[in-house]
Amino acid sequence: METAIEVKDLTKNYGEITAVDHINFEVRKGEIFGFLGPNAAGKTTTIRILTGVIKPDGGTAAIMDYDVLKEPLKAKQITSVVPEMANAYIDLTAWQNLMLIGELYGVPKKERQERGLLLLKEFGIYERRSYMARGFSKGMKQKLILCMALMTEPQVLFLDEPTSGLDVESARLIRDTIRRFNKDGTTVFLSTHNMDEANKLCDRIAIINYGKIAAVDSPENLRMESSSLKSVEVSFDRSVSVDELSEVLNVTEAKKTGDKIRLYTDEPHSIINSLIDYARSKGLTIVSLNTLAPTLEDVFIKLIREHKED
Amino acid sequence: MREYQFLEQLKRAFAIAKKDIRIYYKRAPVLIFGLVMPFFLFLAFYIGRSMPTEQLFTGLVGMTIFFSSMSIGPAIVPFEARSRTLERLVSTPISVWAMLIGDVMASFTYGLLISIVPVIIGLVLGVNITHTLIFCLGITIAALCFASFGVLLSAYPPTDVPSTVMMVSNLVKFPLVFISGVFIPVQGWGRIVASVSPLTYFVDLVNYCTQETSFYSVLVDFAVLTGFTLLFLVAAIKIHERTLPERLS
Repeated sequence: METAIEVKDLTKNYGEITAVDHINFEVRKGEIFGFLGPNAAGKTTTIRILTGVIKPDGGTAAIMDYDVLKEPLKAKQITSVVPEMANAYIDLTAWQNLMLIGELYGVPKKERQERGLLLLKEFGIYERRSYMARGFSKGMKQKLILCMALMTEPQVLFLDEPTSGLDVESARLIRDTIRRFNKDGTTVFLSTHNMDEANKLCDRIAIINYGKIAAVDSPENLRMESSSLKSVEVSFDRSVSVDELSEVLNVTEAKKTGDKIRLYTDEPHSIINSLIDYARSKGLTIVSLNTLAPTLEDVFIKLIREHKED
Repeated sequence: MREYQFLEQLKRAFAIAKKDIRIYYKRAPVLIFGLVMPFFLFLAFYIGRSMPTEQLFTGLVGMTIFFSSMSIGPAIVPFEARSRTLERLVSTPISVWAMLIGDVMASFTYGLLISIVPVIIGLVLGVNITHTLIFCLGITIAALCFASFGVLLSAYPPTDVPSTVMMVSNLVKFPLVFISGVFIPVQGWGRIVASVSPLTYFVDLVNYCTQETSFYSVLVDFAVLTGFTLLFLVAAIKIHERTLPERLS
């Protein structure tokens, strides 16, 4: 499969702090690639290097074979970004913001006007096109910033926390748009905190912590590989001591989640038999019993913890 | 291919200039330092002195074009860094030089438009511009020179606080006004000091066009103003290229 983004040994230091520490990964053409990590993990720094905002201290990065350091303008011409911290021009109208971006990418006048109209209508801000962005709500500003990024029909789209702080409807609209553009061939690089979002949208995910890549794989593979995170969720008709249950059943970890108890184990099926025996011996009735595969959040927390311990 | 890329970047520089005109022409610091300041400085020199109209005209035009052309340039980059639009701009396919040329174009246009006011006042008061073409060319090159100077002044320190840049630029601007013989002709050793200021050469050109007197020849005035313009432009591009990552990090 062809490569859209290639990152080799990329490093960025801020004084004595290494924000990005010799990372390597590839993003395939046409995929939605998730970039997950806790705060200050190096996600935004990586995006800022890839979009040509800052220069790395070491390593290389290429977008569609254009080196971001050697051929920055060519790399920028085929990419677009929805930055986490950057803003639209609040003293320009929504329309002027879109036209400015179109002009900066060299989109012909007729084409940029057609695209601008289409995007504004699609995102429900057409009626406000002549208003200064200053008066826009956070959701409207975010929609405008996404419209600005899509004005150029990019081959690679970078999104840094695009749905952070948005209402459910706006977040869904943005996710649907990402899916649609991806379907039309745009490669998407999505940095997010939202596990559910990453799980539903991404073909593959990289987990980054302390500037280092902890894992790169599909959400499903990441879950399957973390066999120790398989669990059995059980609820009884009476309250049961979690510590006692954990000791009797010999599980990796046991924790109470509401009226249920979640038992982490490598072998869920043998635990089920032990649970039934335990319930009989204590005169308990099992109200519900489910075997659960690890969620992406479980995998994420496990990897981050392991990485921290290293 | 290279020519195409250059022209394409130049077109993008026009987009930057258009954006700057829309945003910065109405900003309070631009209005204060570009319009109010030269007016009050003019009054400070004018009141209580009996000066020939031509000399007053030289002072008014010189100060207006100097302050107005330099009022936008220093403000743009720190304003954009603070409002977090600079990061977006840097991620688009526009070179730093084209971005700065756009800023210079906006400042140049502002200076040129504002300088029409004192010219009209001078004509109404009976000032006779004997060399119209030289005068128009002089105003054009001076506006370009001061606009480039303004953009250079925003390059260092790489701050996102516009008032810091405005303060630094005023520290540079005011001494230049006083050494350039805007109102009072500079003589003796003062001429040596005055020669380091680009404003001196514009004042000399205006004196030539309205009073037929000048210290340097017209060619020298134009050559030095052009030299200063190129120097300011190249220095602005080089320093901004170096300081931009620091401003964005």
